[in-house]
Amino acid sequence: MWTIPFLIMFPFLVSILMFTIRVNKVRNTIAYVSAGIIIAATAAMVVQWLAGGCQNMNLYYETHLIDRAMLVVVVLLMCLVTFLCFKYKRRLISLLSIIPTLMIVKLELNGPELSSIAHIHIDRLSVLMCVIIGLIGSLIVIYSVGYMHGYHHYHTEFEDRRYYFFMLLFVFLGSMFGFVLSESLLWIDLFWEMTSICSFLLIGYTRTEEAIANSFRALWMNLFGGVLLAVAIYLTAYGTGNLSLQNLVALGVAGEKAVMIPVAFIAVAALTKAAQMPFSTWLMGAMVAPTPSSALLHSATMVKAGIYVLFRLAPAMCGTTTGLLISFIGGFTFFAASFMAIAQSDGKKVLAFSTISNLGLMVACAGVGTSETIWAGVFLMIFHAVSKSLLFQNMGATENSLHSRDIENMHGLIYRLPRLGMFMFVGIAGMFLAPFGMLISKWSALKASVDESNILLVLFICFGSATTMFYWTKWMTKLISFTDTEIKVKDITKKDELFSLSIHAILMIALCLLFPLLSKTYVEPLLFEMFGHATAVLPTAVLYLLIVIICVIFCVPILAFKYSEHIEVSKKLSYMNGINVGNNKEFVDSFGEPKHLFMSNWYFRVLFGQRKLMVPCEIISAIFMIALLAVIIGGAV
Amino acid sequence: MTYRVIGVIAYLLLAPLLGGLLNGLDRKISARMQGRIGPSILQPFYDVRKLFSKQFIIVNPAQTFLILSYVLTLVFTGCMFFAGSDLLLCFFVLSTGATFLMFAACVTNSPYSNLGASRELVQIMSYEPAVLLTCVGFYLATGSFNVSDIIQSKMSAIFMTPGFFAAFVFILTIKMRKSPFDLSTSHHPHQEMVKGVTTEMGADNLALFQLSEWYETVFLMGVVGLFFINENPWSYLVAILAILAVYFLEILIDNTSARVKWDTMLKLAWGVTLFAAGTNLIILMIAR
Repeated sequence: MWTIPFLIMFPFLVSILMFTIRVNKVRNTIAYVSAGIIIAATAAMVVQWLAGGCQNMNLYYETHLIDRAMLVVVVLLMCLVTFLCFKYKRRLISLLSIIPTLMIVKLELNGPELSSIAHIHIDRLSVLMCVIIGLIGSLIVIYSVGYMHGYHHYHTEFEDRRYYFFMLLFVFLGSMFGFVLSESLLWIDLFWEMTSICSFLLIGYTRTEEAIANSFRALWMNLFGGVLLAVAIYLTAYGTGNLSLQNLVALGVAGEKAVMIPVAFIAVAALTKAAQMPFSTWLMGAMVAPTPSSALLHSATMVKAGIYVLFRLAPAMCGTTTGLLISFIGGFTFFAASFMAIAQSDGKKVLAFSTISNLGLMVACAGVGTSETIWAGVFLMIFHAVSKSLLFQNMGATENSLHSRDIENMHGLIYRLPRLGMFMFVGIAGMFLAPFGMLISKWSALKASVDESNILLVLFICFGSATTMFYWTKWMTKLISFTDTEIKVKDITKKDELFSLSIHAILMIALCLLFPLLSKTYVEPLLFEMFGHATAVLPTAVLYLLIVIICVIFCVPILAFKYSEHIEVSKKLSYMNGINVGNNKEFVDSFGEPKHLFMSNWYFRVLFGQRKLMVPCEIISAIFMIALLAVIIGGAV
Repeated sequence: MTYRVIGVIAYLLLAPLLGGLLNGLDRKISARMQGRIGPSILQPFYDVRKLFSKQFIIVNPAQTFLILSYVLTLVFTGCMFFAGSDLLLCFFVLSTGATFLMFAACVTNSPYSNLGASRELVQIMSYEPAVLLTCVGFYLATGSFNVSDIIQSKMSAIFMTPGFFAAFVFILTIKMRKSPFDLSTSHHPHQEMVKGVTTEMGADNLALFQLSEWYETVFLMGVVGLFFINENPWSYLVAILAILAVYFLEILIDNTSARVKWDTMLKLAWGVTLFAAGTNLIILMIAR
């Protein structure tokens, strides 16, 4: 299949072009075309794979030259990181890059004799990841062309380095493709480091004090994960004699003691990527970057890489201490992050906390590691990727038009910026309302965690669902609150931004409608590949019920709307204790003057504030993680 | 299949009747507790009839369609329940429906109904964990989320799930918006939030809301009854008695307590849920 090397290499080639071309118009055109080519190549790969009968494929057994080239890249990356660490006087962090790189170099040049393995592996999970990265990632690129234009128009204080920004976007996409297609742990490690460094550079794009501080926080946390991964690779190489991820998982399923530590280390490393407690602060800090990079980090790339690895490891984690560790951290993060989201009024922060929280649920699903939870996890991942990407892009567009991303300023957004308001509404609905897939995934996750007698996870899901509902509904009510429609806001959203947003919204609704079909034809075979036994996660009765629910929930508001259009009503002022001024926007204050009425949401900062909760939550999860890691290491030695 | 259809039709036709009667009973007993004679038991029906005949007043045109959506979704939830389908999905749909009510309140931009909606949201957050845990309790006790399977179990679920039952009855006060947890709407419009979420509802809209309350009451009481029902037909009698007892308890609590603040409600509800349902959960999980 020519498409596989193409998908990995093409974005890298484009990134070089992006960096060298300094004429905006030319570069933008090339970015559009390349994004289109990536989507087309992804589609071509899927078609090729379908035409081949959806077979699992192992490719590239002999790759001596490529391995050497990759080694050079790893060393170059280490040099880059070390240079930047010294430049910005954060010298210690460079150690986190030097140590794992030296370990990998030693392993490659002077390591044990390793048996030959495939370096690329294709199955349903990696194809699914490719589709998410290819489609959502490319749409984000298209969106950012328009967005970055507006961004630098308004933020003249930052140097216009769009060539650099687009270079990073494409490098990111390329390394994500490489990451999900690789089978060799050495390759995975290289792409792992590349995504870490890419996100570090993207976060630091504006080069303000805050951006630099946050980017280095992201760097050390992700590099720390890289160190754990390198240790795991070392142990795998000496313990099993090859570096195949599948082989590692198979040995884990068989209960081989020697692979318990590598599996646990890779899983914990994945927690850093997936921004789980205690490593969540890096994703919060990532918001200082321009919005497309947040969209990319939160939806299609980076955090999904962590989830992907955990899904791969899931069969090996099922029922082990590692599984317990991962499901606890995930469940706890789901709960704690949704709590902290309540106290935020900055839209992007709410989105960031919700990402962390939802990732927590996926991580917990992977930790439990049964076919039911992976089913739930896969759907959570698909829905989350689409709706988060939609929400972040929309947030960026809204901020460009509204010059604010505070939810309090989005009062009546649906009347002031109808298009963006609608997109936001759809995106939020997709995050938590029935019949969108999130909820049915929660249903499955809850059922499976009861079946697995995971008491804490059951409690986390029940309480976390309540808080999740709270912060989303609060936001939605703000959007539709009736408001002063005379103050018009000019919608300056570019065509390409709208294009990407529309496709996302359509995808969102299509996924909702087609999801029973998707479950039957794709996700259940995926589980079969992973676990080797067939599972019908959705009982037929539930499936039919679900279809009925989908129809009802879509039809009811439409029918109700049609009906209410024909009723004769008389419109009156709202009740204000008799101190109405004559409209619904003002009331008479104690001086007899009209005063503007402003309705605000509840945030409970004193009770649920990030400042109050973050550190205790980090400490709890860190203690639990270290304790269980000690148990795992002790048990395996 | 026939049972399912009968269940749905019976719910659609009888629920407003039963709910209205329960409401009338509520008003009568409350009045007696307060030393008044109280209205006739049929008074709620007269009220609703009168509301339907009034001039249709609204603040925002979107209100009507949102309230209608709320009512229909709620009725649909009840139908799902009485058709014997998945309990957990019932509650998921119910919470989706509840958002329509919040939207209907917020879309007016009226200070009082906005306040009511915010408080309603806190109420939902308070009772949601207990509701989900109740479903888990049924699943642990009977091995299924399906109402049709639960009612055919050998033994009533209550013997296995007293803690879940306690938590559910506790949050029922919040769900039914009764004092001390009547934060989002009050019985008397002379208080700090006037009538909360329903402040701006008038005529047909208020009548619809009232109807939805009845449908919801019957659905919730159905869940209470579900704790007691098993394959033995006599258990239905026990269930009815239990429902009446619980309903009386709610009236008693309503009349003997004063409204609390939202944080007290949240802490109490979560505390009781964690203690009662959580303990029960651990016991059942370990015993499996």
